[in-house]
Amino acid sequence: MAGIRLAVPSSATKGEIIEIKALIQHAMESGFRRGSRGEVIPRDIITRFECRYNGALVFAADFHPAIAANPLMTFHALADKSGVFDFTWTDQAGQVWHDSAEITVT
Amino acid sequence: MKRIVATLLLSIMVACAPGSDPVPELSPEGVLPPEDIRSGYAFLTPETQRLQDDRFENPGYLWVDRGAALFEAANASTPACASCHSDGMEGVAATYPAINETSGALLNLEGRINQCRTIHQDEDAYEYESDELLALTAFVAAASNGAPQSVEISDRTAPYLETGETYFRTRRGQFNLSCQQCHTETWGKKLRGDTISQGHSNGFPAYRFEWQSMGSLHRRLRDCDTGVRAEPLPFGDETYIALELYLAARGNGLEIETPAVRR
Repeated sequence: MAGIRLAVPSSATKGEIIEIKALIQHAMESGFRRGSRGEVIPRDIITRFECRYNGALVFAADFHPAIAANPLMTFHALADKSGVFDFTWTDQAGQVWHDSAEITVT
Repeated sequence: MKRIVATLLLSIMVACAPGSDPVPELSPEGVLPPEDIRSGYAFLTPETQRLQDDRFENPGYLWVDRGAALFEAANASTPACASCHSDGMEGVAATYPAINETSGALLNLEGRINQCRTIHQDEDAYEYESDELLALTAFVAAASNGAPQSVEISDRTAPYLETGETYFRTRRGQFNLSCQQCHTETWGKKLRGDTISQGHSNGFPAYRFEWQSMGSLHRRLRDCDTGVRAEPLPFGDETYIALELYLAARGNGLEIETPAVRR
């Protein structure tokens, strides 16, 4: 189970630049570490993060092994019209986590 | 030759004589004076302090959130934690470890949660350090966030406090160090790149950068024991719970900071 925390303002005025934060619980195991018996701990990372605003891609990021565990993304978007921000995280095996937040633009 | 040795011995004895050792900071019992007690927070960089204070960015809240969900969750056959504890858990964690009135044993928060699970919910106890137990413990402890730590110091807790204090003051491991030597006598000085803290427990379970995860106080104690190259005790060990009580008593009055962020 992955915990997700989102911070999207519930309301904004049209044309306002809003700050968005998205945090997901993930080990982001780099694949370079070794266990107590010397065996390599296999790589297990999220590779892609996307944020869509009413279906349009507004922010995306490719993750690599140097990203710390429980990655936090902070970015900005232009509040245009009321709708939904969709967030997806995809890991190296294709598993997807998803969450969304609504915003009212006046 | 004999004379030189004798002089040498005499000078060593003089150097070790009581009263000549300048340690004015320590109170006679070797306990931190109340005005000097500082949370681990005081030894963090400003950036890490900000991360802990930010209720969104602090990664420990991932566990608190999950704990809140578990607290409300009920199986078909068993009641949820929330169905008994409908008033919430505010202030409870500040008094733990505490003597359990039913069993008479000293229980820490983890032990108390598992007791509820086995007795009232008819479920198996969570494994120590499992994500579920960390989440519930973090949730219950975070409900006391800001409350002053106030464990019972009385005749009935005295034997546990003594066990805890003995562990705290006993030198161990290949480095032959006691907790006391670093965390009471040398706090504020540097150990490699780190500033030595006073070793308080008010932020646990805490999110540590070294772990990249939430961890219990016992995990931290095991790290300390491993750090001085001693054999760590098992998770949930009675001696660790007694030590937990001594640590809390030694920091009584400090505000609960769970979920704290530590190095």
